[in-house]
Amino acid sequence: MTGIIGKKVGMTQLFDDDGNVVAVTVVQAGPCPVTQVRTLDIDGYEAVQLAFEECKDKHISKPELGHLKKAGLKHGMRHLVEFDGPGDLKIGDTVTVEAFEDGQAVTATGVSKGKGFQGTVKRHNFARGPETHGSHNVRQPGSIGASAYPARVFKGMRMSGHMGAQRVTQQGLKIVRRDVENNLLLIKGSVPGAKNSVVVIKGR
Amino acid sequence: MNIIENIERQQLREGIPQFKAGDNVKVHFKVVEGSRHRIQVFQGTVIKRQGQGVRETFTVRKQSFGVGVERTFPVHSPKIDSIEVMQIGDVRRAKLYYLRQKVGKQARIREKQR
Repeated sequence: MTGIIGKKVGMTQLFDDDGNVVAVTVVQAGPCPVTQVRTLDIDGYEAVQLAFEECKDKHISKPELGHLKKAGLKHGMRHLVEFDGPGDLKIGDTVTVEAFEDGQAVTATGVSKGKGFQGTVKRHNFARGPETHGSHNVRQPGSIGASAYPARVFKGMRMSGHMGAQRVTQQGLKIVRRDVENNLLLIKGSVPGAKNSVVVIKGR
Repeated sequence: MNIIENIERQQLREGIPQFKAGDNVKVHFKVVEGSRHRIQVFQGTVIKRQGQGVRETFTVRKQSFGVGVERTFPVHSPKIDSIEVMQIGDVRRAKLYYLRQKVGKQARIREKQR
C-alpha cells in the first residue's frame, strides 16, 4: 500500500509515446515525513501517519506541534493523514513520489468544488419540463410522493440542497509521469477538488 | 501556474513554419497501420488556429469528392512529420467559418500580393 498527500496544481496535456494527446492533472505531492506508525499491539490496527506541507509553528495547535516534535520534525506541518494497512515505513522515513511507478493505478481523494444551494436539475440530473405552451414547470422537481397513503415524504427523497464541497474518491486513475526533482505526479484524467486543494493519492 | 508552464514548454516543437488562417498547407501526418508506419498528406485551407502553447491546434478544410472535410491537428503533435505552406492567403478574418457555406469559385481565397 503506497500513499502520499499532495496539492492539486491544475490540468494540462501531454503527448504520449504514440503521439496522442492525454489530459493530465498535475499534483504536487510530498515529501511526506512519517509521523506515527500504528501497530496491532498498541493501537489495535496497522497504519502509517504521514504529514504534508510545512507551515509556521503558530498556525497549528500546541498539541499538534508536540506530536510532530516527537516524530523528530523541526517545524509545523499543515496536514496529517493516516494510510491503512501494514507497511515497512518507520518514524524518520520520508515518502516522496519515488514510492510510485509510472503507469501505476491509483485512487485520488479530495474535497469537490462547492456548488452552493442547487436545484434538482443540477443536483440530481432531473429532467426539465417544457419551456413553451404556457408551462411554468421548467425546473420544478415534480411529485415527491402519493397523498393519503403514505401521508408523508419518504426519507432520502432527492430534493434541492447544498451541492459539492464533499469528500470524493476517484478510482481507476493512472500515473502517466513522475517528476522526482520537483515532486510532481501527472495523473491521467481529472482529480476531485479545486486548484491548491489537498488530495490524497493511494496506490493499488 | 509556473509548474504547468514548465511542463508545457518542454513539449514545444521547433521548426514549425509560420502560417495563419487562409493559408494553403500540406500536413504530412504519421499514420500507424498495424505495425507499419506511413505518412499521409492532408492538403487544404487553414480555417482557424486556436489555443496557446502546446494546446494550440489548427483546422484544415478541403473538398474531397465534392464533400467538405475538416481535420484538426495539434500544432505541436509529434505525429506531424512536417507542415508545408503552399500559398499565403489574403483574408480579413482569423476564423474562416464562412467557407463552410461556400462552394466552388466562392470558396476560393486570393493569394497575398507582396
